[in-house]
Amino acid sequence: MAQAKAKTQVRLLVGTRKGAFILTSDSARKTWQVDGPHFGGWEVYHIKGSPADPNRIYAAQHSEWFGQVIQRSNDGGKTWEQPGAPPGTAEEPVTSDSAKFAYDTSAATGKPLKSHLGYDGAQHPWEFKRVWHLEPSLDDPDAVYAGVEDAALFRSEDGGVTWRELAGLRGHGSGTEWEPGAGGLCLHTILLDKANPERIFTAISAAGAFRSDDSGKTWKTINKGLSSVTLANPTAEVGHCVHRLDMHPSQPQVLYMQKHWDVMRTDDSGETWTKISGNLPSDFGFPIAVHAHEPETIYVVPITSDSERFPVDGKLRVYRSRTGGKKWQPLTNGLPQQNCYVGVLRDAMCVDDMESCGIYLGTTGGQVYCSPDSGDTWLAAASHLPPVCSVEVQTLA
Amino acid sequence: MIRIQLPHLLQTLAKCDREVKVQAPPPVSLLAAIRALEGSFPALRGTILDQHTGQRRPKVRFFACSEDLSLSPLELPLPEAVQSGSEPLLIVGAISGG
Repeated sequence: MAQAKAKTQVRLLVGTRKGAFILTSDSARKTWQVDGPHFGGWEVYHIKGSPADPNRIYAAQHSEWFGQVIQRSNDGGKTWEQPGAPPGTAEEPVTSDSAKFAYDTSAATGKPLKSHLGYDGAQHPWEFKRVWHLEPSLDDPDAVYAGVEDAALFRSEDGGVTWRELAGLRGHGSGTEWEPGAGGLCLHTILLDKANPERIFTAISAAGAFRSDDSGKTWKTINKGLSSVTLANPTAEVGHCVHRLDMHPSQPQVLYMQKHWDVMRTDDSGETWTKISGNLPSDFGFPIAVHAHEPETIYVVPITSDSERFPVDGKLRVYRSRTGGKKWQPLTNGLPQQNCYVGVLRDAMCVDDMESCGIYLGTTGGQVYCSPDSGDTWLAAASHLPPVCSVEVQTLA
Repeated sequence: MIRIQLPHLLQTLAKCDREVKVQAPPPVSLLAAIRALEGSFPALRGTILDQHTGQRRPKVRFFACSEDLSLSPLELPLPEAVQSGSEPLLIVGAISGG
């Protein structure tokens, strides 16, 4: 039997407010080379590689002036192309719109949805604003999901040239009650279940968590057990500001959630949630991540409150639970422990699958921190980037 | 031949110079000039006019011959000096942001 080649390289894909950066290191993860900016001057909310082909990378490039662009690389981020729209002068007319995310309003999908709740309590029309998250398929490099604002889920099966909305999510019944969080009405989390290819989890701010068991055709809310003080009815079916979900592929029925307040856990694929904030100094935060080899080891980055969105006591501390929640320990070795008031956004923490699991986080102050030993010690992989929106990692042979 | 000057971010996106030349049958409207630009540089599709509404993106401005054409109907013919190629059409990103 052929033996898998040992992973010897690590590649970090960093999206920032002013472009994308690619950081590379060897397996020790002590010294890093920084390449970029790619798409300088453009916001890159998210950049992620395909699990099926690590050289295929997708990037969500956006500008308040010039709108949404999708970029694709076939060589690990060395060169980029807009799917369906070659650079420079076209020899043939181009009719595709690679970054066109058109909401499905067709009668064929059953329930075209035209409006959602706004900050002012009135209904507002659904309008595409930007891509928040790109989730490549687990087994097909040309298939990729996009979570967008205003909240909807799209899928491309041709490498990002065309996008089709999975309209059953917006149309499942509660869509008119979804309302934007401070960052907008965004679909920011997409989890694919390796053991069950038809199962998809998503999360929306501020609506909650959702599950599909038929490849995205139909959806159900999975918010039982959540309680939000920002709602008139704290245990309402929707309206919860879920900040991020994560799971370990070996136990996909267990999900972990960082909510606007509260760190939560479900053991039954979202049917019921239990609070696991335990001894955290604050259970407000954005990212949450699961250790690559220990399904009950999880990480969060608490910040003071929804009003004071910076680390508690000016100390950047990652908290680790090795018991699936409730009991947490601060991880501080190598992280700034005084006068630190940066944030860590929801897509800005990830883990690698090296034998000694690496943890990564990017800050709004432009630092990217790496721990090559499951969080015990940290070092700065980059220190002066623009505000970091997202960090994803690839390990390469 | 219409001369169009582009803002920096669109130059880097389309991998082109600041000024490009496009062809469109006269009389050339703002809309025809932009469509000709998008035809020549497909990377720019949707970056100037919103893909969904077909309207000017709110933070994009159109200037020509020292006039602001941003609020003019897209179908209105461009000034003669732009149509003849003696003056460029300027596509400008509005001052905002950080």
